[in-house]
Amino acid sequence: MDFSYELRDSYTEVKVGGRLNMVSAPRLREFVGDVLLKGSNRIVVNLAETSFMDSSGLGALIGCLKATRQAGGDLRIAAVHPQVKMVLQLTSMDRVLTSYATVEEAFGDE
Amino acid sequence: MHQFLLRLLVLLTVIFGVNYVAWRWLESLNWSAWWIAVPLVLAETYSLVDVCLFGLTVWRTRERTPPPAAPGLGVDVFITTYNEPIEMVLETALAAQRIRYPHRTWILDDGSRTELREAAEQHGIGYLTRSADWADRPRHAKAGNLNNALMATDGEFMMILDADQIPKPEILDRTLGYFNNRKVALVQTPQWFVNVPEDDPLGSQAPLFYGPLQQGKDGWNAAFFCGSNALLRREALMQLGLVGYVDEVEKNIRTALKGSRSAIRRARRSEQARDPMVAQLLDEVERATAGAAAGLKEGRSYSEITYTLRRTVDAAVQKLVAADVHALQADLAEIEAMGLGPGSGSLSPEEVEIAVAGLSSRQWSPLGALESVQAVLEAISIERGEEAQPVMPLATISVTEDMATSMRLHAMGWKSVYHHEILAIGLAPEDLKTMLTQRLRWAQGTIQVLLRENPLAKRGMKWTQRLMYFATMWSYLSGFAAVVYIAAPIIYLILGILPVTSLSTDFFIRFIPFMVVNQILFAVAGRGAKTWRGQQYSLALFPTWIKACTTAARNVWFGRPLGFAVTPKVKEGNSRDWHLIRPQLVAMALLAVAAVVGLARLAVGLNEPLGTLVNVAWVVYDLVVLSVLFKAVRYDGYVPEEEGSQAVNR
Repeated sequence: MDFSYELRDSYTEVKVGGRLNMVSAPRLREFVGDVLLKGSNRIVVNLAETSFMDSSGLGALIGCLKATRQAGGDLRIAAVHPQVKMVLQLTSMDRVLTSYATVEEAFGDE
Repeated sequence: MHQFLLRLLVLLTVIFGVNYVAWRWLESLNWSAWWIAVPLVLAETYSLVDVCLFGLTVWRTRERTPPPAAPGLGVDVFITTYNEPIEMVLETALAAQRIRYPHRTWILDDGSRTELREAAEQHGIGYLTRSADWADRPRHAKAGNLNNALMATDGEFMMILDADQIPKPEILDRTLGYFNNRKVALVQTPQWFVNVPEDDPLGSQAPLFYGPLQQGKDGWNAAFFCGSNALLRREALMQLGLVGYVDEVEKNIRTALKGSRSAIRRARRSEQARDPMVAQLLDEVERATAGAAAGLKEGRSYSEITYTLRRTVDAAVQKLVAADVHALQADLAEIEAMGLGPGSGSLSPEEVEIAVAGLSSRQWSPLGALESVQAVLEAISIERGEEAQPVMPLATISVTEDMATSMRLHAMGWKSVYHHEILAIGLAPEDLKTMLTQRLRWAQGTIQVLLRENPLAKRGMKWTQRLMYFATMWSYLSGFAAVVYIAAPIIYLILGILPVTSLSTDFFIRFIPFMVVNQILFAVAGRGAKTWRGQQYSLALFPTWIKACTTAARNVWFGRPLGFAVTPKVKEGNSRDWHLIRPQLVAMALLAVAAVVGLARLAVGLNEPLGTLVNVAWVVYDLVVLSVLFKAVRYDGYVPEEEGSQAVNR
């Protein structure tokens, strides 16, 4: 799994590649924490390259969401694979997080 | 063969039992003495239900052979501690380090003791304490300790050990294999105590529970998590945490929205609302919460709803504050133009912006003073700011986190396993006081779960699973029945009042077969385990059981504290703590007096011979059961049999 980020017009895109599981989850929390420290508090997590996610990965996303909200911003997810969608439904996390089809759409309403 | 015999006995017990209790309700109630007749028949019905649940439990007893453990799995071994002696924790941790299957050992020190940290580091054992997030937030005792550790580690499986539970090196090899089945979330092994003499005066060993009962529950896929000596799958726990998180967020938002209208109304009547800006803001807040309620109805996600709400309110605050500052600035400029001011010059546009941002921040916002509104706005969030972690994998609804956790796992479709082999050796309380604290805590926890998440109403579980949880909870209500069983013979012997219309053949031909088959069932199901101590204590500790029910009910319904204490792992009370069993001593005295009075009344012809005989026999039985407490009070702690004289307190 690897993380990278890129500054866009009104938000920062965080790309998550590979497997987001119990091993990589704590690292995602750290990574997003660093992005927040650099001053971006509007984050879109691009999951297009995420091949697998487990409950720990989702837990990390909640942790990141909490951190961005506390920094006065927001975190959104985009380009979700069917497997990830299934995990979202299984835990009813789809009631908390909206999955946007593309990264651009995530903050498209603002 | 054994199973067949067991089922036959279960059927006979249920048939004889229903036959007897139905007759008691329908034909033998002495209504003229209803105040004792009705409680007694209720107590008997309670016992019949208890026996039926026991029968269902042992109906499908399951014995397992463990599949071999797959190599290369990630395992964390957690040793939870709060205030146990450092040597004890370290001994357990070192034994955990020697577990053969590759793993990492962690001490989860809720006492944050420097000495323990140093000792752990010295031996290369992981050491964890609560993260900063827990400061000033509910700590949730052991469940909180474990939840904190889950966020700091990454093993796929975790073994949980209490500080006194010394594991054997093969513990993981014997239990990990069950997880080859991907639906298995939990493997529980027995708790067995080394510092307990042969006659077990405090009833510490639980051979019936860690044996036929757990094996029986396992047969229905309902083996319980018991808090220690268990192996858990992280994915299952995390899933539980996520589902719980979503529920909690939903509940918070709905409650807050429901209360928002009255909160705003209250705010409008407050002193601050006379300020036109605040009044205008309240209008904005009302509009925003109405929008959130509409969003909820439309099925929009909670993150959208909460984000929109916050943005709307923040924007309104910003706009109104800015208007206020600009007006003020205009006034200042005017004053200056008129040459009346101190001449310090008006604010630059940047300064205005900074002032607006500052005054709009949550701390200085005009809404900040309106606590009720502020509370509503804070609750409509997805951060769960009142808790240290948004996701709490182990249930925190009870002081016994274990039962609630496994119930939720079962409700989500996970499987559990009971592996009947002693793989860790622990220490039991060595004095009555500590033992009573421990039993009280277990009972309180169980009743809390019953009242907060009644298994009978829990969606996602099969009926048999629900009944397995309910059976254990039901057994903790025995204190009320015990009082009746003690009172009934006293009332007859002293007052001559019989709760039954007659003690005729009708009574005996129904009662005796039930009683006899019931006892045989216990003996056969127990397979030679010493279950008598357990039976004695389920009656003898009636004040503890009743106290547990009342305190747990007050806690759940009225939010009163439980007065909960961690069970000390070292000896605490003094021997001869007679005051701890005062209610039982009073009961015993009354029983003895009643027997004497009853015999005297028989001698002068006031009581019948048969009634006296039955009730004296009953008194003798009660006294024999209660007599275990004399042993318990006089117990001085464990003395190893070979070594002799000195009590061992590790």
